Amino acid sequence: MSDVQKIATRASYGAALVELGNEHDDLVVLDADLAAATQTGKFKAAHPERFVDVGIAEANLIGVAAGIATTGRVPFASTFAMFAAGRAFEQIRNSVGYPHLNVKIGATHAGISVGEDGASHQCNEDIALMRTIPGMTVVCPADDVEARALVKAAYEFVGPMYMRFGRLAAPVIHDETTYKFELGRGIVERKGTDVTVVATGLMVGEALQAAEELAKAGIDAEVINIHTIKPLDEELIVSSASKTGKVVTVEEHSIIGGLGSAVCDALAEKCPVPVRKIGVNDTFGESGPAVELLVKYGLSAQNIVSQVTDFLK
Amino acid sequence: MPSRICTRFSYEGMCPEMDNIELKRRANEIRKGILTGVHAAKSGHPGGSLSATEIFTYLYFEEMHVDPANPVDPKRDRLVLSKGHCAPGLYATLAEKGFFPKDWLLTLRHVGSRLQGHPNMNDTPGIDMSTGSLGQGISVAVGMALSAQMFGDTNRVYALLGDGEIEEGQVWEAAMLAGNHKLDNLCVIVDNNNLQIDGPITEVNPAYPIDEKFRAFNFHVINVADGSDFDQLRAAFTEAREIQGMPTAIICKTVKGKGVSFMEDQVGWHGKAPNDEQYAEAMAELTKAGEEL
Repeated sequence: MSDVQKIATRASYGAALVELGNEHDDLVVLDADLAAATQTGKFKAAHPERFVDVGIAEANLIGVAAGIATTGRVPFASTFAMFAAGRAFEQIRNSVGYPHLNVKIGATHAGISVGEDGASHQCNEDIALMRTIPGMTVVCPADDVEARALVKAAYEFVGPMYMRFGRLAAPVIHDETTYKFELGRGIVERKGTDVTVVATGLMVGEALQAAEELAKAGIDAEVINIHTIKPLDEELIVSSASKTGKVVTVEEHSIIGGLGSAVCDALAEKCPVPVRKIGVNDTFGESGPAVELLVKYGLSAQNIVSQVTDFLK
Repeated sequence: MPSRICTRFSYEGMCPEMDNIELKRRANEIRKGILTGVHAAKSGHPGGSLSATEIFTYLYFEEMHVDPANPVDPKRDRLVLSKGHCAPGLYATLAEKGFFPKDWLLTLRHVGSRLQGHPNMNDTPGIDMSTGSLGQGISVAVGMALSAQMFGDTNRVYALLGDGEIEEGQVWEAAMLAGNHKLDNLCVIVDNNNLQIDGPITEVNPAYPIDEKFRAFNFHVINVADGSDFDQLRAAFTEAREIQGMPTAIICKTVKGKGVSFMEDQVGWHGKAPNDEQYAEAMAELTKAGEEL
């Protein structure tokens, strides 16, 4: 993959906000003292009059965004996933979710690929937390192309949305000229017949790499990219599962409550097939280079290959 | 009832007494509405609704630009009831103002009601924000005021907080941002009845001195010695309107359970409904008070 371009989805978020801000006068961006890291600093430079830094105060960040939304403008509130979904969970639940306000939450530095900052900053619980809120849309893009398309779709969409972005530069796996983003619609990235691999975010690229390795061993994996975890594209997952009869989920998130759980919820009712969940196994992370952590915690193409091989025995 | 503008000018000129009497009549009706709602619900929060009754009355009958016929007018002034448990007070006020029929009050807290236990903006006409989890409303009010400042809107934003509520850290996150952004379109009101669920504020975890705290967060602070006195409220809100370059905090000394003798200054009436006998006694007291006006 060395010749593949790599871009962190947080950078895509920042770049897309600037473009959207050029087109729409009612877009407001808020941050909580992390504008360089979340990349909203780009918007600040381009549109300082519509940028608010609330300082290190994430509870207030969400409330202020909710207040702006009540006035008909479109706020994008940004901080790390840990402090958005984690620290400000109840503000998101009560001040955004319950009144169903049009607040877009741009949560960066999600998952274990935060790296050296360690477990305190590695949010592996945000998808689980956000998908329990009624009416909340939860999206986790796989690469730069998808992330930028998502941010534009987020502006057009009316309602609360949680967007999950990563710190680590991720391989660009989509072709911008042909890529089409549709909220709530999964993408079959690779057709296959033996097993369905459902992945989200950074793990989509890993799943595709794994599928190529598996093909060499005679296993034909179908790879589905679920960028929108809620509402889930149950139809696509069920139709693939009914064809392959076995499903593996892969996410840079706890195996509790995230993509794997959402997929199991759907399959248990509509197409009960064996499922294996690959994710962070009910444990906290640790400090270290992101790529090393991904390998150690089983979030690599290599581990997907061995898990799928074992699962199909 | 004279129009809002007429009222303001008549106060400057000829007949403030009549205005105050009319306001007192309205407040008395609102108190009856609070009791009626909470009694019908067999639960709810009468104490803090009654302590803030004159504040609600002044806001909706004198101060705020609102139109019951167009509750979502983008140019309206807004109130965020940050102390959302005092919904009965706000509901009774909105009903008195004509946002919805008074008989809705009888459905308070019932299954399927438009009047939830804590305010929900999507259920009830005139509610500007869903609140109930303490400390969150003021942030939303700051967001509303910030949006108005950013886009040149001329409306004002009011947030009503409890004195127990300001123990929440989020209140001070919001206050810091409001002060730093010089939100002179924002007016924060603290209903200082000195009682919270576990007892007197002074015995639980007092936020006193409230005025000095808001001053330290770059607010213009106005202390109101009697938050049930319309002259004092008028003076405070008029002063707040004239302040430029900083938000205002109006700290109102009030009495929890005000207007119902057996509820006054009793912490037990924070979140309890009167039984039939108590309800009859309270309504008789309020009816008598109304007749004396």
